[in-house]
Amino acid sequence: MYTSLTNRRSFIKKMAAAAAMTAAATMFPGIVFAKEQEAGIPSGNLDWKKGPCRFCGVGCGILVGVENGKAVAVKGDPNSSVNKGLLCVKGYHQTMCIQAKDRLEHALVKKNGTYVKTPLNEALDLVASKMKETIEKHGKDSVAMYTSGQSTIPEGYVASKLMKGAIGTNNLDCNARLCMASAVAGFLTTFGADEPMGCYEDFDYADYYVTWGNNMAEMHPVLFSRMLEQKNKRGSKIIDFATRTSRSSAASDKSILFEPQTDLAVGNAICYEIIKNGWVNKTFVEKHCNLSKGLTNMGYGLEDNYSFTDKPEKINFEEYKAFLEDYTPEKVAKISRVSVKDIKYLASIFGDPNKKVMSLWCMGVNQHTRGTWMNNIIYNIHLLTGKISQPGNGPFSLTGQPSACGTAREVGTFTHKLPKGVVMNPEHRELAAKIWKVPVERIPAKPTYHTTEMFRAVDRGDIKFIWTQVVNPLVSLPRTSRFRPGMEKDSCFVVVSDVFPTPTTDVADVILPASWHIEKSGLYGNSERRTQHWDKMIEGPGETTPDAWMTIQVAKRMGYGDLFPYSEENHVEEIYNEYRQFHEGKKHGMAPLEVLKKESGVIWPYVDGKSTQWRFNAKFDPACSNGEDFHFYGKPDGKAVIWQRPYEPAAESPDEEYPFWLNTGRVIEHWHTGSMTRRISVLHKAMPHSYVEFHPKDAKALGIRNGEKVKVSSRRGSCVLPASINERGLPTQGQVFVPFFDENMLINDVTLDAFCPISKEPDFKKCAVKIEKA
Amino acid sequence: MPIISYLAHPQDGKKESLINEISQLSNCEVIPAENKDLLIVVTDTNNKEEDEQLKEKIEALDSLKLLAMVSGFDTPKNN
Ligand code: SF4
Repeated sequence: MYTSLTNRRSFIKKMAAAAAMTAAATMFPGIVFAKEQEAGIPSGNLDWKKGPCRFCGVGCGILVGVENGKAVAVKGDPNSSVNKGLLCVKGYHQTMCIQAKDRLEHALVKKNGTYVKTPLNEALDLVASKMKETIEKHGKDSVAMYTSGQSTIPEGYVASKLMKGAIGTNNLDCNARLCMASAVAGFLTTFGADEPMGCYEDFDYADYYVTWGNNMAEMHPVLFSRMLEQKNKRGSKIIDFATRTSRSSAASDKSILFEPQTDLAVGNAICYEIIKNGWVNKTFVEKHCNLSKGLTNMGYGLEDNYSFTDKPEKINFEEYKAFLEDYTPEKVAKISRVSVKDIKYLASIFGDPNKKVMSLWCMGVNQHTRGTWMNNIIYNIHLLTGKISQPGNGPFSLTGQPSACGTAREVGTFTHKLPKGVVMNPEHRELAAKIWKVPVERIPAKPTYHTTEMFRAVDRGDIKFIWTQVVNPLVSLPRTSRFRPGMEKDSCFVVVSDVFPTPTTDVADVILPASWHIEKSGLYGNSERRTQHWDKMIEGPGETTPDAWMTIQVAKRMGYGDLFPYSEENHVEEIYNEYRQFHEGKKHGMAPLEVLKKESGVIWPYVDGKSTQWRFNAKFDPACSNGEDFHFYGKPDGKAVIWQRPYEPAAESPDEEYPFWLNTGRVIEHWHTGSMTRRISVLHKAMPHSYVEFHPKDAKALGIRNGEKVKVSSRRGSCVLPASINERGLPTQGQVFVPFFDENMLINDVTLDAFCPISKEPDFKKCAVKIEKA
Repeated sequence: MPIISYLAHPQDGKKESLINEISQLSNCEVIPAENKDLLIVVTDTNNKEEDEQLKEKIEALDSLKLLAMVSGFDTPKNN
């Protein structure tokens, strides 16, 4: 194809600017370059189409400039209240991955060990017949689907309808189990209703932002820039509470480091101080809270088929107070390495009745073998002080994926979930059966496999067919050293829908070519309960097809056509309208599609044409009906629960043989397993491979130099990476940190498949490793 | 035909003057950060000599504290 010199030069200039922006973003947390969007945009008649960003749970609004059927530019949507026209480096460059040369454009079927290009219809015939045959031979619980917090709402909905409503198995789970399950369990145990009560407008009012194990400058960059703006404008303060000094720590007013797992103890010490100093909002607690305790010493789920059910028991305030005696700042300082002064300082922030405080957290709290407890403890702090459900005052659980809320949690693509409620509840099953038009007996009342157990079942040979969509488990699961050989076994037929080849497509029997984000219409739901719709913007290459449509096609081939009467043209609209029925009412009403098409996202509950920004507060939430200022209507008695949750050690701690903690996470340049961002050259060049971060004292003791190859090993596996000393981040002494985006350096071969017994979310942040020169 | 991008750090309180001064130089584009004292500068010149001269001109500006090169492309004329 002929490319004019001017076009080529302007492209190179854009690349050069992009490289500088990426470099700037890694040096200055929260930096934004709004003008670059305008400067780099080609002249001509661009058609700007709105949608949400593909990459993270912040859910920034984007405008994609389309010219002659091609996406040629991306800019922030100025009408989106999320990002007000700004984007981070990933956001700006997102559409560049479409140009990758190794895009999966056609179905591939493995025949005699090699992949053969196959017409999509034939591949879908094969998928449907394999699924049917497996059910006939081994029963409906021998087939499974594993989807994603990056699936669109319609994609999640039809997957749930196929598995639970049509086939009649609860063998459906998603990768949000790896990131948000503890948040969900935290919300349900404390409030009986999932998702944050507040919204991003809270940033504009809060005096303090306390971030719990959360590197927002890299993981939620646009929200971090909103915090920095308020810091400059109003003097709001950012307090970083973490196990590693990160870009966020550098930009914070105070950075407090703690020993891994001891956040539980520090949280309880804050509650102790709040009570001791008389900072409890007594009226609030008396009117709106109950107190409970649950089982302790739950274990860590390390053995196959592990199961646990909590047994809540009511307690009174005096009992809770007595329990907290074990968590005086003096006692906690000893195990947490946080000074007594810092613990008291943290408590005093929450204790000051004149200060508005937001708590913010994501993976540090959720990917934790006591993740549900840790979520509960943060809520305890806000409930004791009554700092909740008010503008600028509240706990705010942030989401990682762009539709972990909208799809995984609201549609409910977890084994125990239905689009409204849970499979265990007969009323919820009745409602699903009615809307899906299936006999209620078909929906099983018992959850089956959560993610870790699902892949263990594949390894054991219990699951004989699995279909994954929008997900790359062989990079993202904990302990891939067990699950990769498991997926390679002949006992399981593996179908993988994806946009690019990954280590997961490498083990597939059938690879289905999925449409990318803007090549299909869809809806996502972000961290602040905002549902965002977009229309298909461009055509995808070859036979690429939306995942929802491929699921529908397989359902039809399996004989469930009457349950999936959607049209190819309008299936997104038809599915959303059907799905909306599940959430009707003041507590979760979703905006009609016509409204979503016009607006840059709408927050639910959407009641009488208006979004509810602060739930459970009678001033803002029309669902409150108890005549009081607050009403936690998720619980039958309208009261939230303060949970007595102790500190318990991690599943595996450093010892003589494996003397270091291993913490894993992300970097700003890459989205999750890197399958998209590593194909965006400017992001790939900025961060071409993973690395292992050391504290300089540890590196010195081991005689390791910067850049030197190092082997990180655990009892499960090992991984070789270059050392990074005092560069991007700085772990505490005795700890190493590795980003997980790099499929050539699979750190999840090393991690441990221990999980929170309540939420079943694995802990990717703590296991024991040893370090050797490679 | 070199195309180079830089991060330009202004002297305290001199961000606006640095933007103005660099914008007036030919073969230079400036992209200021919204919320930090930092500019991206992209230069597009005909040859290495011109590129050197332009760099010297930028470095001579009083409002500039530090100029750090990030990426460089040298495209052949007829490509
Ligand atoms: S902050 Fe998240 S949603 Fe916003 S542009 Fe960046 S990756 Fe996209």
